[in-house]
Amino acid sequence: MLMNDKLDEIIGRYREKKGNIIFLLQETQAAFGFIPREAVNFFSEELGIAPSRFFGIATFYSQFRLHPAGKNRITACCGTACHVKGSEKIIRSLRRELQLPEGNDTTADGEFTLEEVACLGTCSFAPVVLVNGDVRGRASAQKVTREIGSLRKKNEG
Amino acid sequence: MRDKTVIRVCMGPAGIAAGGKAVLEAFRRALSEASAEADVVENCSSHQVGCLGLCARDVLVEVLMNGVKTVYQYVKPNIVERIVKEHIVGGMPVEEWKIDDAYDSFYGKQVKVVLQDCGRVDPEDIESYIGIGGYEAVRRVLYAWTPDDVIGEIKSSGLRGRGGAGFPTGLKWELGRRSSGDVKYIICNADEGDPGAFMDRAVIEGNPHSVIEGMIIGAYAVGAHKGYVYIRAEYPLAVERLQLALEQASRKGFLGSSVFGSYFDFDIEIKLGAGAFVCGEETALIASIEGQRGMPRSKPPFPVNKGLWQRPTVINNVETLANIASIISHGAGWYSSYGTERSRGTKVFALTGKIKNTGLIEVPMGISMREIIYDIGGGIDGDGALKAVQTGGPSGGCIPAGMADLSVDYESLSRAGSIVGSGGMIVLDENDCMVNMAKYFVQFTQAESCGKCVPCRVGTKRLLEILDRITKGQGREGDIERLERLSRGVKVTSLCGLGQTAPNPVLSNLRYFRDEFEAHIRDRKCPAGVCRELLTYRIVEESCTGCGACLRACPAGAISGEKKKPHVIDPDICIRCGACFDVCKFKSVEKD
Repeated sequence: MLMNDKLDEIIGRYREKKGNIIFLLQETQAAFGFIPREAVNFFSEELGIAPSRFFGIATFYSQFRLHPAGKNRITACCGTACHVKGSEKIIRSLRRELQLPEGNDTTADGEFTLEEVACLGTCSFAPVVLVNGDVRGRASAQKVTREIGSLRKKNEG
Repeated sequence: MRDKTVIRVCMGPAGIAAGGKAVLEAFRRALSEASAEADVVENCSSHQVGCLGLCARDVLVEVLMNGVKTVYQYVKPNIVERIVKEHIVGGMPVEEWKIDDAYDSFYGKQVKVVLQDCGRVDPEDIESYIGIGGYEAVRRVLYAWTPDDVIGEIKSSGLRGRGGAGFPTGLKWELGRRSSGDVKYIICNADEGDPGAFMDRAVIEGNPHSVIEGMIIGAYAVGAHKGYVYIRAEYPLAVERLQLALEQASRKGFLGSSVFGSYFDFDIEIKLGAGAFVCGEETALIASIEGQRGMPRSKPPFPVNKGLWQRPTVINNVETLANIASIISHGAGWYSSYGTERSRGTKVFALTGKIKNTGLIEVPMGISMREIIYDIGGGIDGDGALKAVQTGGPSGGCIPAGMADLSVDYESLSRAGSIVGSGGMIVLDENDCMVNMAKYFVQFTQAESCGKCVPCRVGTKRLLEILDRITKGQGREGDIERLERLSRGVKVTSLCGLGQTAPNPVLSNLRYFRDEFEAHIRDRKCPAGVCRELLTYRIVEESCTGCGACLRACPAGAISGEKKKPHVIDPDICIRCGACFDVCKFKSVEKD
């Protein structure tokens, strides 16, 4: 099985790293884009470590995702400079536009994920939003909403 | 023969965001196309440099020609050809794209120690750093100095930890050296987590070798043979450049066994942080490197005695380490000539918010807040007046406008109820609500609280609930006193620095802006016009042209009106998102 081969390879490197679970999870996420439940079960059996240890670490650090991310990633900077220039308002509008339910960051159709991150270091362009990794400086809810609309159209067309 | 012409393109975080890469490529293309003037072109090199500082004007490009430096601002690829043609080949700078006096006043009061080579060297080329005297300090130390000499020099320089706590670096190294054990570690803390600060990132991306050099010197002083850089995975470019720098340094024999051919062995490994603010705390950081949840433990034992894998461990911040080589090269006396009696040297700040010259600055300790804001920062951006400056991020507080003459150093800021912190400096104007700011920071610390100790886990949550209801117009009589009592409790009983400082933004804002809290609670008003639930939007009939922009922007369908006639907002449908306020070109939407 393809997934298990990959996981075997990760375990091999994990053993070299003196059994660092964070490393193991980072490699897993790099390979699959998130931490699949099956991967944790596999590691648990192979290494004799309870799944709760893995989940305990995966949920502690914000880097780890337990669900796959959407095709398009919108990343809103919530650093202090962006906050004072209205990032809260932008995020509220984007959540409404994408119809994201409370506590969920990905749309039901798997098209969009809205992430919130602390300072991206580009405070001079605050508020900053990344659309699939590209910086949109001095962003506004209107501008980003428009871009989401055209991304949607591109997908349909 | 003519001097070599050098073109430097800013590729700091903001430089890249503004399109620095495309600008550099445009220069290389334009230079190769200008082949008719081969001697000019051969004599000209173009390369990327780290943050040049004045991010507000990015992409910045410096041209050094015949000893004269010309700086261009807002450079886009389409104007590069003209710069090459008229300036590089023709020798006449393109006046209309040159930066104005802002550049001089921005740099006038700055003193660059940590950032002196950031913006001069190519961060991806070790030769560039060596070419300006890089790695000379560590070479000298390894051959001619004892570890105690190094510790003595750093102690007398007065350098204090730049990560926030301000612990004397020389003393920390001495404690590490005196600690018994043959295996010791040195860790560079690059887990920059303050949400308004990017100094460490800019230093590593701009001049990674200065951090490596400082680390080798520190390791030698402490007696460590293994070092780790704990860096956020969210900084991919910094990680990449650091990795490259480590490889280049190893190939040169500056790392590995017999560093610089001496009897000293030292190696550095990168550890990627996985995103947890609490990992900036030393014991949490150690737990994270060991692969566990980054939860702090009680001290003592301190990491200098029992740290990573129970071995003596010295942890220094990026900026602290980037100071070391300069102190060794120029002497402790030179370094301590900057700053105040107890806060020596310089400090890097990320100057952001409602300020004209947002950017990365380095100033001598003891400079006044006023000089930073008006001389370096160029004053307030927009038409608002200065309200306060927030320093120290979620662990700090604010300095109100009335105290602008305050000296920026560890002691003065602490007396004023804030801290120097890691270096975030956010300028606020009248349109910023201090209750909302307090809530913003508590929201951050509450989410980042690791949950190990009750005062922090539960206390920050309760603080947030109270602040949240105040901003929603549901504040109660006695909430201010409740906030104060709870804040004091969380401060004195929390396990680590995160909880001990988490209430600072609340206490500081209450100290200077109590009336704003009262207005929210008693009058159900947000004087700054920020707290959504307390606002009402209204269209001014006299100036409304009936253009319909607000009607189209309103996501709730709360606005109605005929074309070219004044529109109205139905307050019962309005969700107070502010979209109409933002789109109106005639300032006809009022909020109250």
